[in-house]
Amino acid sequence: MQYQSQAVAKPYFIAAIGLFVGQILFGLIMGLQYVIGDFLFPEIPFNVARMVHTNLLIVWILFGFMGAAYYLVPEESECELYSPKLALLMFWVFLIAGALTILGYLLVPYATLAEMTGNSLLPTMGREFLEQPTITKIGIVIVALAFLFNLGMTMLKGRKTVITLVLFIGLVGLAVFFLFSFFNPDNLVRDKLYWWFVVHLWVEGVWELILGAILAFVLIKTTGVDREVIEKWLYVIIALALITGIIGTGHHFFWIGLPGYWQWWGSIFSALEPLPFFMMTVFAFNMVNQRRRNHPNQAAVLWALGTSVMAFLGAGVWGFMHTLAPVNYYTHGTQITAAHGHMAFYGAYAMIVLTIISYAMPMLRGRKAANSGKSQILEMWSFWLMTVSMVFITLFLTAAGVLQVYTQRYTDNPQPFMAVQERLELFYWMREAAGVVFLIGLIIYIISFFAGSNEPEQA
Amino acid sequence: MNLSRPDNERTSKDAQYLQAATHDRIYPPGDLAIWVFILAELLVFAVFFSAYALTRANNAELFNTCQLTLDANAAFINTLALISSSYFVMRAVAAIREAKTQQCIQWLIAALAMGCVFLIIKSGEYVHHYQAGINLRTNLFYMFYLSLTFFHFMHVIMGMVILTAVTIKTRQGHYSAAEHTGVETGASYWHMVDIIWLILFPLVYIMR
Repeated sequence: MQYQSQAVAKPYFIAAIGLFVGQILFGLIMGLQYVIGDFLFPEIPFNVARMVHTNLLIVWILFGFMGAAYYLVPEESECELYSPKLALLMFWVFLIAGALTILGYLLVPYATLAEMTGNSLLPTMGREFLEQPTITKIGIVIVALAFLFNLGMTMLKGRKTVITLVLFIGLVGLAVFFLFSFFNPDNLVRDKLYWWFVVHLWVEGVWELILGAILAFVLIKTTGVDREVIEKWLYVIIALALITGIIGTGHHFFWIGLPGYWQWWGSIFSALEPLPFFMMTVFAFNMVNQRRRNHPNQAAVLWALGTSVMAFLGAGVWGFMHTLAPVNYYTHGTQITAAHGHMAFYGAYAMIVLTIISYAMPMLRGRKAANSGKSQILEMWSFWLMTVSMVFITLFLTAAGVLQVYTQRYTDNPQPFMAVQERLELFYWMREAAGVVFLIGLIIYIISFFAGSNEPEQA
Repeated sequence: MNLSRPDNERTSKDAQYLQAATHDRIYPPGDLAIWVFILAELLVFAVFFSAYALTRANNAELFNTCQLTLDANAAFINTLALISSSYFVMRAVAAIREAKTQQCIQWLIAALAMGCVFLIIKSGEYVHHYQAGINLRTNLFYMFYLSLTFFHFMHVIMGMVILTAVTIKTRQGHYSAAEHTGVETGASYWHMVDIIWLILFPLVYIMR
């Protein structure tokens, strides 16, 4: 660790991993509820489990992004963080607000939670993924503002690099687009439009900048390739990500009530969204091929390469599969979407956070560059267990989705929703089994932090 | 792509100097990254052109009728503007290869001026359509016509931003006969903008 203030990243990373565990546990509960409908009812109904599963995902990824930024910006700017105290204060604000929100979801009915938190004063609740009480949303905005202020001041006093610039633009975009969650117009079309501005322009727009910046940082550090070369690729990748991602959001617009030309614009541009992801894969492998040194932290290199491949498959290939309007006409909101969502979120955003944690944690815990060989081997096992089981979750959900689309929508004699769900049971069981393997991988991942901690570093 | 192993100490920049000195130019000219970007851009337009072709095949009559409302003369002047701007950019590259910085800047400014001509004439067409009440929702032909030309219009602006940056850097003395990758990079992108128009113009304005 080159700068003392980088240490503030550590609690963020620990919280991220803790919430990740929670997300997976609720995922498993939900997975079981798909086949045993009244499992844990009425304590944890399906809708609550789903809300907790998706909200925890977003929150732990945000913790990861913030930790990444606090680690990376001082090192890139070559100066201490503007205010480590503010960063720590915001950590606790965000963690407590997040925990209270999740407890709120679990302990009181959603309508009561809305009432308790004064939702009627500024109604923002009740929309998928944006279920947080208004007061939590305001808290998120305050945390984001303080976070951006802290980073911005650090960047201003230090060296300016392409990586910090791209990261900062991504994070500003993240904060700005979140503001659309406060718009809640009566007009349903506009309501949905703003909802997509948050949901879609995050994951297929500005988050890609954050992903690209973190990946570029880890690659510079682990391969020793010239900064100039890596930055150039970063420019090209983010330019394409923004062009295809922002206009590609249009693939949702026609279905929610916008004019017909969005069918064309959305289909064409979103069909090209795999391009930046493909370039990211080429970029990552090419940089590792051109490496000037063999970094001792091979686990981090594995995560970085894995991110590029899985992001391309999950976001790129599985996204393309159902983005064209004639296909989406049948597949919208089926298990095909769930398959894409799982692999894309894991491949692009969960894995990039795990990449930076893998790279930074040894230094944050007082090592020079890497964990012991034993710890790294365990970490690599967890990489393969989680990644392969996620591939299987995706394949089972895809199979379920194809069957669902056919029997419920495509065939001449469409079956009712619940009748179709029963026929998908086998796939849901297999998905649940793959989910258990994922949890085992995650447990091994956590064990890897403690195993071999007294042993010397990998050379 | 430079796939040399880590033990190869010669950087790509050294190689460029060496090659320039021996008059053995690197292909493709300019930065490799811009070529990856150019290929991606061409793919976007290719998809758009294919969608246009497929839709036209099913709506030939509508497309033929609406095509007659377009101003082919204005588009032809624009074609000449872009072709000559490409020629000027080519002369700018040739000038910097002979270390004639001042000439390079003059050719780049000439190319930029042609870009402005294009933007002005095209804007005039858009104003005309707007006044006639034509928009993306009018029909499929106008949807494609406006989308394709506007997307290209944005690329002309993007190309001009790049050429302006190259002009400024040339004026600041960043480029020489030995090292002028930036000029070639800008020129490559500008040629792409030109080539796309050379397909777009007959496809949308002329072919029946």
